[in-house]
Amino acid sequence: MSPPSGAELLRQVKSRIDEVDPAEVNELIDEGVTIVDVRGSEEFATGHLPGAKSIPRGHLESRIEGAAPDRSAELILYCASGSRSAYAARTLKEDLGYERVRSMTGGITLWKDRGYDVEVPRALSSEQRERYSRHLLIPEIGAEGQQKLLDAKVLLLGAGGLGSPTALYLAAAGVGTLGIVDNDEVDLSNLQRQVIHNSERIGTPKVDSAEQSIRALNPDVQVRKYPVRIDSSNIVEIIEGYDVVVDGVDNFPTRYLLNDATVRLKIPVVSASILGFDGQLSVFKPYDGPCYRCLFREPPPAELAPSCGANGVLGVLPGTMGLLQATEVIKLITGIGDPAIGRLLLYDALAATLTEVKVHRDPDCPICSRDPDEIADEELGVFPDYEAFCAAAG
Amino acid sequence: MATIKIPPVLRPSVGGEKEIGASGASVGEVLRDLAANHPATQEQLFSADGELNRYVNVYLNDEDVRVLDGLNTAVSEGDVLVILPAMAGGR
Repeated sequence: MSPPSGAELLRQVKSRIDEVDPAEVNELIDEGVTIVDVRGSEEFATGHLPGAKSIPRGHLESRIEGAAPDRSAELILYCASGSRSAYAARTLKEDLGYERVRSMTGGITLWKDRGYDVEVPRALSSEQRERYSRHLLIPEIGAEGQQKLLDAKVLLLGAGGLGSPTALYLAAAGVGTLGIVDNDEVDLSNLQRQVIHNSERIGTPKVDSAEQSIRALNPDVQVRKYPVRIDSSNIVEIIEGYDVVVDGVDNFPTRYLLNDATVRLKIPVVSASILGFDGQLSVFKPYDGPCYRCLFREPPPAELAPSCGANGVLGVLPGTMGLLQATEVIKLITGIGDPAIGRLLLYDALAATLTEVKVHRDPDCPICSRDPDEIADEELGVFPDYEAFCAAAG
Repeated sequence: MATIKIPPVLRPSVGGEKEIGASGASVGEVLRDLAANHPATQEQLFSADGELNRYVNVYLNDEDVRVLDGLNTAVSEGDVLVILPAMAGGR
């Protein structure tokens, strides 16, 4: 007897196994039946049955026990059209003793024709694998961490000295959504340090200039622009839904307002400030650590708060502090390392020293000692002498 | 003698110095010694009743003196005091 043709062999194999129609599989999915996709991993990546596990046919015998340890449990295999899964079902039935294995008729092609759900796995594209290859090579980040970054929404308060480097590096790192709040326009005096802008964009709104730079750097990043001044009437609406807020604002009233609103919404804030040659940085993660009001119970009087007018700053300093902020943001999103929660880092650029002091939760904190639901709208950003604060500073 | 680290906003009050040595057995004594030698710091550090102003944080080495004994916290030879008012510059 001559060996069978390919078509004849397939016919013989199908006669020895059980098949199942896509309609029945569609009902069994809800009951949690184990479904295995035996196509190649690249085919799987283009879309698969909801909840299906991927075991390419070449790895079937060695990997099936990981996906289906119980040989008496119901098991459904499928491929593109029902041929490879038929061979795979025969192997599992006859060689490995799977008692209730079936092959889905017509494969995922018929499944799709019937209009049933297809799940497209969230895999990095080949371009993304190349772009983020240096992240993928660090086990602490890897594909999973990169996906977290791509899914993350980070709000930057200010596209100025601190916001410029933070936005650029977070965009480069692939943070999927960057919100930018800034109502200023690019000025020549900004360009000594605000590296996201450039000479050609003087007079352009900073949010537009920042968006152009981010898009040119990484088209994966969605930019949301808020060309407004943040205040108690709009803050909750703007920050809600973000995973992390980066605080680079230049005045105390807004810092206290931001603190109160983020505590209420339980959004962590990566906060930094700069003056001259000195920088401060801390991470305020509501209820896990202290808040800004725990650290600074009261703002200093205006004469000791040189933040209202123009002050000198070494151009590179916001770069240093902004990148420390970006680093903390990435740590919070990916869950690696020890974020600077409960610690205040003091950077002295001239001395080249980094000093650290402890920050404790204040049991009497007017904001974070209370339940977030108890913090009312009118309490957000309550600040002594709000109107007079900067006027007094001249 | 303890070392006091002076923040940028207070440096004009101490002749531009970043670090000042001061004597005393407690945080309060050390800071009052600073104020005695640099009177411009008196009002910035202390309220009228002699307490630390609420907007000034003082750390002994790396610990907030509010969680220690406040101005009564004992200071040893070679300790470092950090005076820290809030800063808000971002631009």
